[in-house]
Amino acid sequence: MKLRKSGVAAASAVVLALTATACGGGSDSGKNDDKITIGIKFDQPGLGLKTPDGDYTGFDVDVATYVAKELGHDAKDIEWKEAPSAERENLISRGDVDFIVASYSITDERKQKVSFAGPYFLAHQDLLVRADEKGITKAEDLNSRKLCSVTGSTSAQNIKNELAPKAQLQQVGGYSQCLTGLENKAVDALTTDDTILAGYAAQPQHEGKFKLAGLSLSDENYGIGLKKGDTELQGKINKALEKMVEDGAWDKAVKDNFGPANYKNESAPKITETS
Amino acid sequence: MFDFLDLERYDLLGAFWVTVQLTVYSAIGSLIWGTVLAAMRVSPVPLMRAFGTAYVNIMRNTPLTVIIVATSLGLWQTLGVTLAGGTFDDIGFRLAVLGFVAYTATFVCESIRSGINTVPVGQAEAARALGLSFTQVLRLIVLPQAFRAVVAPLANVLIALTKNTTVAATIGVSEAALLMKEMVENESQAIFLVFAVFAFGFILLTLPTGLLLGWVSKRVAVKR
Amino acid sequence: MSDLSVLYDAPGPRAKTRNILYTVLFVVVMALVVWWVLAIMADKGQLAGEKWLPFVEDSRVWTTFILPGLLNTLKAAALAILIALPFGVLLGVGRLSDHRWVRAPAGAVVEFFRAIPVLLLMLFANQAYAQFSDIDPETRPLFAVVTGLVLYNASVIAEVVRAGVLSLPYGQTDAAKAIGMRKGQTMSYVLLPQAVTVMLPALVSQLVVIVKDTALGGAMLGFPELLSRVQSITANYGANTIAAFTVVALIFVLVNFALTSVAHRLESRARRSRKGTGAVIGEDPGSDVAVPVIPEQPTGDGAAVKKGAD
Repeated sequence: MKLRKSGVAAASAVVLALTATACGGGSDSGKNDDKITIGIKFDQPGLGLKTPDGDYTGFDVDVATYVAKELGHDAKDIEWKEAPSAERENLISRGDVDFIVASYSITDERKQKVSFAGPYFLAHQDLLVRADEKGITKAEDLNSRKLCSVTGSTSAQNIKNELAPKAQLQQVGGYSQCLTGLENKAVDALTTDDTILAGYAAQPQHEGKFKLAGLSLSDENYGIGLKKGDTELQGKINKALEKMVEDGAWDKAVKDNFGPANYKNESAPKITETS
Repeated sequence: MFDFLDLERYDLLGAFWVTVQLTVYSAIGSLIWGTVLAAMRVSPVPLMRAFGTAYVNIMRNTPLTVIIVATSLGLWQTLGVTLAGGTFDDIGFRLAVLGFVAYTATFVCESIRSGINTVPVGQAEAARALGLSFTQVLRLIVLPQAFRAVVAPLANVLIALTKNTTVAATIGVSEAALLMKEMVENESQAIFLVFAVFAFGFILLTLPTGLLLGWVSKRVAVKR
Repeated sequence: MSDLSVLYDAPGPRAKTRNILYTVLFVVVMALVVWWVLAIMADKGQLAGEKWLPFVEDSRVWTTFILPGLLNTLKAAALAILIALPFGVLLGVGRLSDHRWVRAPAGAVVEFFRAIPVLLLMLFANQAYAQFSDIDPETRPLFAVVTGLVLYNASVIAEVVRAGVLSLPYGQTDAAKAIGMRKGQTMSYVLLPQAVTVMLPALVSQLVVIVKDTALGGAMLGFPELLSRVQSITANYGANTIAAFTVVALIFVLVNFALTSVAHRLESRARRSRKGTGAVIGEDPGSDVAVPVIPEQPTGDGAAVKKGAD
């Protein structure tokens, strides 16, 4: 008689699962015209960060909000979606997001799958070091040093393959873990785009602890990723970006987000992505 | 279609070789530490039993990622434990093995303990009647029989371990999963095929292991 | 050998004093290790209040990050086990079938899905759902995570079921045949109900594995489960990685411990209620019992020795 009981349990489990499916699948497929979905990073201070209040802050967020406004969407109509690096192309090509502003460097490989607007920022790979560090002034200095970066990232690959093949490179799951190693003097520098580094250095908890080394180890042109071949949206976004630079909102966004880090940013780049 | 698979740029075989090495070292370590843990859990000393129980319950209930990160972030980056130093790659590899051993040993321990359960009571009673001590009973009589009963469960643990080595990528050990992350970053146009290549690699590693050890388990089983 | 104290004699007076000595030594060594760890952490500033206090003082850490993450983890795990269980039973029974055309495909499915890392199964599922279905993008990561977990765990459960049924004495099948039961009836009325008791411990440990494996969906699929919230917390509170990982790990241990405790209570009740049937459980070492009879977990009184389970 046991079995009858477990049979019932199994059956109800299936029913539960099916209803769950039905609920999930059917919900608001009719898209509201005012709404716009934008992919950003949720865990990068200075670029795209979800705060404990549930708000979003950062340079990418400011750019995205400005562009959305120019496209006719109020800030409150924006739906933010987390865009992990591995998912960015998929989010765009599936139409899950309207566009992505997530420290997204323009590369030829990526252009096979998505189109870009912009660039809206020129970042460089750089190093974050402890405030009292004096020995790192050029890329060659790195060969005897201990570096840290995120597993598989472009910055990590650059170090391994070109910049400093002899440097010791620790790869971890997130930049915060590198910071812990840096604090504890287990590593000498954290390397990735200077925007991300400036975002961390600008945090109140890190005041006076870290500084940027100021080496420009690579050029990263941040673009706004959008559906491949959507030249109409691309043109609109490019126009919005140009306007943002002209009316000073761009400078203000840079200052707001990276200011405390004493970060010398490049001036706004020329729009190149026109098809 | 397979343009993305640039074997000069991506050392696919090398990455899977690291996976194999991680698996082998961790398997040996887990077998030893797991057996010691199992012995602790059945030992006459209450303290050892308590330690074994607490250890197994905590380790088994913690996500492997947390354990692996703890070896790197806690042991190395904070406490300065490098396990004989060397380059970052060596340290990372050894710490990953340490983490896998700490985690996998709990599963080995539980398998062996259930294996001990399959040995008839009379065996241990006869051994004690002969005047053998606890360690002798375990070493000479019980464990040899228990091991033969648990080859199949241990094979499952080994397969799980092989796949779990992918977690080592989170602390930068350059095994298969790390290479996969690099390829995902660079070859986003062929992301689905990248996954497929790595899935196939793991099938090549784990399927034969499972089949071989399944056959062995039937050969060595104690007929009762 | 269910009563493990048969392995040694009852401790005499000398053994008892020795045990006390060991205990004292062990406690001292442990205390030294803890002191050493804390001293180094304090020295490196890892015990600073700003790193740990947010978890006590700022309730938003919990309401914005940890609790929603925990909810997602539990939701994915619950769906996965509820769906994987019936599939697993079907596959397991399928592998025991007398018909080759049922047995072979069931076996192939089980072996195949056991061989691929769960993360890859999740990534495939995510891709497939995106291309061939119109599931809402908001819930798609959940579907992908659950699908990956179901595919893998159904095949593990299939093996557990098969081992459980094979561990029953052949007399049970013979007796069922003798009273004229058909094969399906034998399986569903005689074998499976008895096998459930043997299987319970293995099913429980599988449940724990599922809870932990939801964490795989965090980093690469963007499924907002508990472990991936560490990234968001540390980004907001000044890279307090050690504190954040410690808190999240503690939550995982507590949740899983609660799960195993409940399950073990169920298990011992199941065993008690079947006392009369006299089925021989766990006595057949020839079958490949996946994770066979795990004795009751002691709940902290140090009594690791299992007292006659059946």
